[in-house]
Amino acid sequence: MAHLYLIAQLAGRAVAIDSDQVESVVDIGEVTQVPLASQHVRGLAALRSRVVTVVDTHSALGLASSEQARRAVITHVEGHHYALLVDALDDVAPFELLPLGGGVTLDTAWQRAGRGIVERDGEPILAIDLAELVPGYSATLN
Amino acid sequence: MDDLIQEFIAETRETLEALSGEIVAWEAHPEDRARLDAIFRFVHTVKGSCGFLDLPRLGRLSHAAEDVLAQVREGGRAPDRPLVNAVLAVVDRIGELVEAIDSGTSLPDHGDELLIAALAEGAEEIAQATLPGLQRAPARSVRLGVDLLDRMMSGMSDMVLARNELARRLRGGDIDPTIEAALERLSLTVGEMRDTVTRTRMQKIDALFSALPRMVRDTAAGLNKSVLLHIEGSDVELDREMIEMMRDPLVHIIRNSIDHGIEAPAERRAAGKRESGRLTVSARQSGNQIIIEIADDGRGIDTGKLIQKLVANGRDEARLRALSERGKLDLVFEPGLSSKDEVSEVSGRGVGMDIVRASIEQIGGRVDLDSQPGKGLRLAIHVPLTLSIISAIVVGVGNQRFAISRQAIEEIVTERSEAIRLDVLGGTPIATVRDRRMPLIDLSALLGIARQDKREGQMLAIVSVGEGSYALAVDTVLDNEELVIKPASPAVMTTGVYAGQTLPDSGLPMLMLDCAGMANVAGLDFNRSAHRDYEEEVVVEEAPGLPALMFCDLDGVRRAVPLAAVDRVEQVEGHSVRFAAGRFRVTIDGRILPLAAQGEIEGRDRLNVLRLKDGANEVSYAIDEALDIILLPEDIVPAREPGPIAGVALIDGEQVELLDILWVFDEHADRDADEVAPLCLIAGDKDGWMASFVRPLLETAGYRVVTQLPPGETPAVVLSADAAPAELAATAPVVRLRSRRAASGAGDDSVYRYDRAGLLSALEARMAGKGR
Repeated sequence: MAHLYLIAQLAGRAVAIDSDQVESVVDIGEVTQVPLASQHVRGLAALRSRVVTVVDTHSALGLASSEQARRAVITHVEGHHYALLVDALDDVAPFELLPLGGGVTLDTAWQRAGRGIVERDGEPILAIDLAELVPGYSATLN
Repeated sequence: MDDLIQEFIAETRETLEALSGEIVAWEAHPEDRARLDAIFRFVHTVKGSCGFLDLPRLGRLSHAAEDVLAQVREGGRAPDRPLVNAVLAVVDRIGELVEAIDSGTSLPDHGDELLIAALAEGAEEIAQATLPGLQRAPARSVRLGVDLLDRMMSGMSDMVLARNELARRLRGGDIDPTIEAALERLSLTVGEMRDTVTRTRMQKIDALFSALPRMVRDTAAGLNKSVLLHIEGSDVELDREMIEMMRDPLVHIIRNSIDHGIEAPAERRAAGKRESGRLTVSARQSGNQIIIEIADDGRGIDTGKLIQKLVANGRDEARLRALSERGKLDLVFEPGLSSKDEVSEVSGRGVGMDIVRASIEQIGGRVDLDSQPGKGLRLAIHVPLTLSIISAIVVGVGNQRFAISRQAIEEIVTERSEAIRLDVLGGTPIATVRDRRMPLIDLSALLGIARQDKREGQMLAIVSVGEGSYALAVDTVLDNEELVIKPASPAVMTTGVYAGQTLPDSGLPMLMLDCAGMANVAGLDFNRSAHRDYEEEVVVEEAPGLPALMFCDLDGVRRAVPLAAVDRVEQVEGHSVRFAAGRFRVTIDGRILPLAAQGEIEGRDRLNVLRLKDGANEVSYAIDEALDIILLPEDIVPAREPGPIAGVALIDGEQVELLDILWVFDEHADRDADEVAPLCLIAGDKDGWMASFVRPLLETAGYRVVTQLPPGETPAVVLSADAAPAELAATAPVVRLRSRRAASGAGDDSVYRYDRAGLLSALEARMAGKGR
């Protein structure tokens, strides 16, 4: 069954995000640092009247932190709002979620978040679960 | 109670409106089960509320309709036309009665019996008769979903941000004064709106407490017990949602207290307690929390019995017995437990303390127990303030700002002050503030923030965290703001040093520091040093001099007042000071306090006021401004005449007058006839002479005067015209009055009845004699 997915660029790769998880897409302004918090937490940002926790997705995926990323996907996990930084946004379109396929093993960082693939014009794109990238929620990220 | 009735009216009205469609539909298709259920639920709800609200007429009507509808639901009766009509007539009458209650008019009740009779099987079909002359009172309140309030709140915050943005852009260039004035007005309105909107979410905890007296009365009466309820702190404000969440746990705890805690009157008598139990429910704000305390003077928790019960349920006895006292008490929260032998009607409903605790923990709170077997149970519910507005101090470290709850801060001093000393003991920094030694936490080091400049002049906030205090070094103290604190995400909270997050007017999120959490993270341990602290304090007391607050008085003179007498210094608006009932009085925190001053009070916009307390009495004293805390030297030159000034002391080479606290209290404290006043019994006053002439004299002298002894009290002194009855003379000293001027002999210790001074001194002398 086709479902709406948001195609974004994350750490140089295209990923598909279930649109049910996406509340909005914004450009993050000034960020308030949170000393002592996990390195995956970039800080706090005001999104209109809401305060969101900005997550450095690169760092959460175990990659080098992306200092200049500004664009973020807002998601809602367990009563809190998070802004997950992404490099760029490509597209929103309906896709069908397919299994990864036999024998395909993702490397450690992506393995947790990967849910399957969607196919865009023959190109396979990894579908990810945003909640798995949220520190303090995902069991392996602290 | 009125609130409950209003709520009932609003609810019934709303359901009726929603139901009107259903009723019409049911009339057309009486066999429609869903419609029938809706109407049944309505009358059932009305019946339930009526029993509680004591509305017998509505109760009777709804009860009758419920019975009939129940029969229809069970298939006992067919919903034929007469029945449908009769039910609809009852529903209409319920609506009319509700309107009548709301508008305060009365409705003739002769029709009710007819309506009820029409419900019976085989009754005549009745004609729908609406009563004329009914006026619907205009509704003064609307019911809103919290969702809508939330949206309003977030819209409001957006508006504030937009205003700030606009102001920032305008500041850039030259602007027309008229635009500036318009912006000013906008800012003002936005500010006011924000306050109002914020307040829509807040509610006084009174909303939770107001239903308690009735509930306690009913519960106690149902158990044949008598309970005196005392409520404190009704004006503490809490988030609406929080109040709703607290309602059930609170009701349950209070029911438990009355049912299980407070003993039956006979048992209480046997235990030497007053027959009626005492139940105190109080709310207060403490740091980042609201504490709701429920204390009774009942039998407390019998941990032995608890353990027996759990063992009977199949638990390992040895393990339970091995628990600490605290651990045993906590067994109350085990599921499936009723500490009473028989399950009673009141609290034995299968809802245990485990559910209560779970629902409090769900809103981020906790429950503390303090049980004294035989004496009572004190149960404290701590709920976080995170949803509420709290007054906070904004501090700066490096280029970051943090909020600290104002409640937690004892005082703020600058490091440069002479009264402050910073040292390093081993590797641990400590601060000494006016001979008080305490650990020092450097916020920049704790959080790993680089300080902006290394110049001297940090500020120290003295923070109190329950068990002790510590000094928190920050770069700057910026502001004092009212903030709406919300819980931060788990990733932020796991650091343990934050209490929540907030969005101040600047539009940049800010974190609120958790003072107890910081002490934890910094590894401060107050328990270990508590004992030594005490010894240290004793030494401190021997230090020469008494700490005093130096201030500039209204007449421009520098004066000092002993610090111990000052409860706090507060700023009040000029208009809260009035010359009323013969003296200046000031309104603070919804109370009227006598206001003493030396100098001109009137004509000021704002006043600084010292609140002086001596235990029972409170007097305020208007000053110009507080200057410093000083140590009074031992040598004080006494004043020549008694008056507001006790004397003068030399401080830093300057003469400083010392305020005479005793004089201020004597002159200004409101005298009230409370229980502390000695009781004077007038006995043997046959002609009423003493009651009419002596009584006023005694009352102005501070006695409570009675002519009949209230049960359970003993007089401090008895005033009598002739020899007092022997049983009184045994319990209290007696002063006799004589009507002749001369004493009848050497052994006559009576007082001539027109000798005012003699009478008062005789009363005092006898009372003092008894005390010895």
